[in-house]
Amino acid sequence: MQTVAVNPTAPRKHKRSGAEIGLIGLALLGAVVMLGVPISVIFVYAFRAGIEVYLANILEPNTLHAIGLTVMTALIVVPINIVFGVAAAWLVTRFRFPGRKLLTTIIDIPFSVSPIVAGVIYLFLYGAQGLFGPLLADLGIRIMFTPIAIVLVSMFVTAPFVARELIPLMQTQGSEDEEAALSLGAKGFQTFWYVTLPNIRWALLYGAVLCNARVMGEFGAVSVVSGAIRGRTNTLPLQIELLFNDLNVTGAFAAASTLTVIALLTMLVKVALESRRVHR
Amino acid sequence: MKKLVLASVLALGLGAPAVQAQPTTLLNVSYDIARELFAAVNEAFVPYYEEQTGIALSIEQSHAGTSAQARAIIEGLEADVVTFNQATDIELLEVNGLVGEDWRERLPNNASPYYSLPAFLVRAGNPKNIQDWDDLVRDDVEVIFPNPKTSGNARYTYLAARAYAEEVFGGDQAQVEDYLRNVFLSVPGFPTGGRAATTAFVEQGIGDVLITFESEVNNIRDEFGTGVVEAVVPSVSLKADFPVAVVDAVVDARGSRDIAEDYLEFLYTPEGQDIVASFYYRVTNEDVAAAYADMLPDVRLFDPAEVFGTWDEITTEHFAEGGLLDQVFVNQ
Repeated sequence: MQTVAVNPTAPRKHKRSGAEIGLIGLALLGAVVMLGVPISVIFVYAFRAGIEVYLANILEPNTLHAIGLTVMTALIVVPINIVFGVAAAWLVTRFRFPGRKLLTTIIDIPFSVSPIVAGVIYLFLYGAQGLFGPLLADLGIRIMFTPIAIVLVSMFVTAPFVARELIPLMQTQGSEDEEAALSLGAKGFQTFWYVTLPNIRWALLYGAVLCNARVMGEFGAVSVVSGAIRGRTNTLPLQIELLFNDLNVTGAFAAASTLTVIALLTMLVKVALESRRVHR
Repeated sequence: MKKLVLASVLALGLGAPAVQAQPTTLLNVSYDIARELFAAVNEAFVPYYEEQTGIALSIEQSHAGTSAQARAIIEGLEADVVTFNQATDIELLEVNGLVGEDWRERLPNNASPYYSLPAFLVRAGNPKNIQDWDDLVRDDVEVIFPNPKTSGNARYTYLAARAYAEEVFGGDQAQVEDYLRNVFLSVPGFPTGGRAATTAFVEQGIGDVLITFESEVNNIRDEFGTGVVEAVVPSVSLKADFPVAVVDAVVDARGSRDIAEDYLEFLYTPEGQDIVASFYYRVTNEDVAAAYADMLPDVRLFDPAEVFGTWDEITTEHFAEGGLLDQVFVNQ
């Protein structure tokens, strides 16, 4: 190996060897074939029957409701997980207490548990045959097969996203800034708002973006607890599957295109955030 | 956009308790490929019901695999009625005390307003001239159907092929099993479900003949065009009932029994039967059946109950671990 460690952002100024060009070409080809083509196919199929059919598919009441429900779920889940993630990261990086390692591990559990298992867990907790089922039935509260269940499993599945972004950063940053602020007489909340938050804001936003992408795309866990009632508890990924199963390919791809557009926008935000982070 | 968000907030609701004085909604929990069928049924039923009672209903639909649907209902999904594609999943509700034991007797034809049968979908022009069950074991024919271990649809295919062979070989078990083994050997790979099998056949071009319900065969043909695939109905097949039931536990709690019963009975009216037949299901109303005779050719049908017994018996004898299916399912 005679390669020199180089900063990838500062390209070497020499003539590219054949092997190098070949490898670059291969990577490009791979990216186009495996990522570019499938994504373009979504739009080709979605618009295959013309823009009017596309709009009619999107504006179909059940698809429209699915879009609304998915956006709504994200609007509820992402803020909750931001608060949870910041609190958890703060606790884990700023305090020493017995069980700290265990807590870090617990926060990570949703990463390693398959989403379908997450859905089944909630079913066994809140379903009619579940642990709290009889109690909830007595109280007249319904959780399973309502949007509440969708919000709950989405929260579970995406709980680690913000905390996982913050913990390494806050660990390397240390607590000197905050200690300085406190010694200068700042109150706890002032310290958080004027010192901690500006230090972590990009990582926080980045975590929130990832969390949002996952909430909107979640299929497995949601499919278990949703009941798939059209126009009531069908999220966008479930609606896409339903349309596809129904041989309504154009409708399925039209619905998929909205999810893809949201995902691409999310990626753009993520890229923008990353470049700001690098340049700082 | 503001409106949409507002509507969504309202729609999210708070999972309010379900008991209400005069319910105006009905939830039909159904199998996974019946979305458009019941959308059409609902469109006709709502004005029909309003004319009779003055009540404007809103009917909700849920579609997924019926075993998953039955599980969801047991866990609290408030289905007023179920419209399934196999009786065993209604029996699951019966065992759990949600549907009364007499559900089969409450409506005509064992509570099955329509039925279908395993039929063939072949390439345009039927280049391999596949007409009947004996063509499936020809050396040059590749067959596609889902895995009967996971797909109810494929279980009907297996039973239909078996019923055919039992008749042709006069009940000679060695020959029947030999025939079935050869059918399974003609399958290059088993998709997990009906939709995956369709994709493999139509979009990936695998196999010479796809076996699925006649209704599906015709819907796939309509979707992809006669220039791509065409339907073939074999000389004989197996009757596949599509049973329906009122979920007693739910309608009694909600007070929606009248609506639920009217809804299911509507499926037996000439109007209801006409809608169902237009989706290529076979119906028992003779006038309607006659009107659709050119779309749905005459076919002789075995009744699973007469050939194989009750679904309990069929499940134990054929589909249990080490059952008759395992003895011929050679290349799983």
